[in-house]
Amino acid sequence: MRHIISILIENESGALSRVAGLFSARGYNIESLTVAPTEDPSLSRMTLVTRGNEDIIEQITKQLNKLIDVVKLIDLAESVHIERELMMVKIKTTGQTRDEIRSMAAIFRGKIIDVTPTTYVVEITGPSSKLDAFIAAIDMDTIIEVVRSGPTGISRGEKGLHL
Amino acid sequence: MELNGAQIVIQSLKDEGVEFIFGYPGGAVLHLYDAIFQQDDVKHILVRHEQGATHAADGYARATGKPGVVLVTSGPGATNAVTGIATAYMDSIPMVIISGQVPSPVIGSDAFQEVDMVGITRPCVKHNFLVKDVTKLAETIKKAFYIATTGRPGPVVVDVPKDITDPNIRIPYKYPKKVAIRSYNPAVTGHKGQIKKAVDLLLAAQKPIIYSGGGVVLGEASKELTEFAHILGFPITNTLMGLGAYPATDKQFVGMLGMHGTYEANMAMHESDVIIAIGARFDDRVTGKLDEFCPYAKIIHIDVDPASISKTVKVDIPIVGDVKPVLDQMLELIKESKKKPSKKALETWWNQIEKWRSVKCLEYDRESRLIKPQYVIEQLYEVTKGDAYITSDVGQHQMYAAQYYHFDKPRRWINSGGLGTMGFGLPAAIGVKLAFPDADVACVTGEASIQMCIQELSTALQYNTPIKIINLNNRYMGMVRQWQEFSYESRYSHSYMDTIPEFVQLAEAYGHVGMRIDKPEEVRPALEEAFAMKDRTVFLDIMTDRTENVYPMIESGKAHNDMTLRVAPSTPTDRELA
Repeated sequence: MRHIISILIENESGALSRVAGLFSARGYNIESLTVAPTEDPSLSRMTLVTRGNEDIIEQITKQLNKLIDVVKLIDLAESVHIERELMMVKIKTTGQTRDEIRSMAAIFRGKIIDVTPTTYVVEITGPSSKLDAFIAAIDMDTIIEVVRSGPTGISRGEKGLHL
Repeated sequence: MELNGAQIVIQSLKDEGVEFIFGYPGGAVLHLYDAIFQQDDVKHILVRHEQGATHAADGYARATGKPGVVLVTSGPGATNAVTGIATAYMDSIPMVIISGQVPSPVIGSDAFQEVDMVGITRPCVKHNFLVKDVTKLAETIKKAFYIATTGRPGPVVVDVPKDITDPNIRIPYKYPKKVAIRSYNPAVTGHKGQIKKAVDLLLAAQKPIIYSGGGVVLGEASKELTEFAHILGFPITNTLMGLGAYPATDKQFVGMLGMHGTYEANMAMHESDVIIAIGARFDDRVTGKLDEFCPYAKIIHIDVDPASISKTVKVDIPIVGDVKPVLDQMLELIKESKKKPSKKALETWWNQIEKWRSVKCLEYDRESRLIKPQYVIEQLYEVTKGDAYITSDVGQHQMYAAQYYHFDKPRRWINSGGLGTMGFGLPAAIGVKLAFPDADVACVTGEASIQMCIQELSTALQYNTPIKIINLNNRYMGMVRQWQEFSYESRYSHSYMDTIPEFVQLAEAYGHVGMRIDKPEEVRPALEEAFAMKDRTVFLDIMTDRTENVYPMIESGKAHNDMTLRVAPSTPTDRELA
């Protein structure tokens, strides 16, 4: 099963490599990993998407917690949460496809954020599955490049991951 | 007081109560060595190879319970220390390793003797630091000791660039008394509800067994464990790392368990209905085939490291905490409880265990004209009255020492259990002897292992650490040969050396006493003579039976109730016993 693990970690050099190293050393897989500082500059928040059965996820969370730099973590899959990913797609456009791409972007509530005579860059935010759907909906041959941030997430309601 | 970085390191160690630094100088640590030169409080032990420094510090830590301290230079000095760091990591030994690093401005430029020590050691340390600011130096060292010695102990590396120890930069020094790390709060006492559940399960057990490991030694909980076992009357088995935590000569002790454990210990594990694992981690050498591990048992597991719980074997009642306070909590509940363990059930259980014991799985050919390695260990046990510190290397000799030297006290059995590091024994023995100069210290080794760190014989002379080296010389890498005999139709691929040195001459060349023993009747007198030489290191080169194997054995991938016993026609078979 897919799990989104949110981690508060000391914002120190090497902290990211401790997490990445743990995953490779113990043979866990990482589907995606995003990290950025939080409102408290001494802390980073990392969002990590991984897959595994319950036992593996339990080991992953325990091993992560064991890292000295990890302050706190939650498995978002354990409760109701919101997941968002940002994607930018650069698409080749010709006269007739420009309208098509524009309306497709509108359907997915995307924005066109860069325009040249022959290309569009479409920005879309949403759960990863929505981004997958957009890719599937347009002609693969017209895609020049795709860049995705990897999902981040937050739990619903008053509960939160903080000190 | 104002100190420079180098002085801060040494003064911090002093303030931490460090007696010995095991190390080897080099370019990046020259400022530190200059600071060492100018003081007498912290003694520096110069080894002959950095691996020796880590093992010596490790041996010191295992024998005393205090953290071992290592100082190595950058690059090759640092990488040579890695095997010893990994050894300590696998067995959860508290160590602080200070490694020199090239000056901060040139880090990352492939400078002379530069290696990314923090990167290289990341997977084999509890934590590591790169010091980037001299004002953080003392605090970082304090944190390193705090992390190394609390919770589940382990090695911590502090990588110190050369410019941080610059003698010309002096800053005010204050060693922090205490340090708090917001992201690190190891559990101490156990969860009351879980403990209650565990006690209820134990008191209702019909075929219980206590399975305890190195955590009891590390957690200084031998006394509590012994009381716990006595009050319940349960059989108890120890892991390789846990030997000595419970007195081996006590009648409730059923021996070591696992691959070369006793028949009675493994059978009792297999047939048990309740297991309490205390400071043990269900290592693959203990469990054998996981699918068939203890099929009838409910399992209670006490461990300070939550990640050890349900890692390989799913447990029913996990208790996270230090073994000592948790055992105290349990003892209190057991004493208060009106329920007592069922006498009748325990009697039946013990009768069954006695039947397994009657197999006498550790018997060997005592009539042989060749020296049996088991005999040597038995004689060593008698000559030292069971009271020596025994270090070992890795292989058959290690198993013989574990099986035939009956450790009654914790911290007496010092071996590389998790990583299985050949070359560990000799430097570890030096570390032990430095800590306990009046104690008998023996290194049980083999002719293959001893050669991996034999240069430390020179260190033993320099610091006058008279140890006895019991070299069980079978002219083979015995354990490799045994596996090749069992699993590779006796194709002894590279497990044999026909150019083994004359150890007697070698020992003498290093300034020690060398003795060669060829016949069984010479073993006892030679041991007595060696241990009578209180002020000399003695190398006993003992020519043992080349073909002897370690029995009993659970071959790789088999279960506890599927042991290979020594073939002896008079032994009753499993079926007759059942």
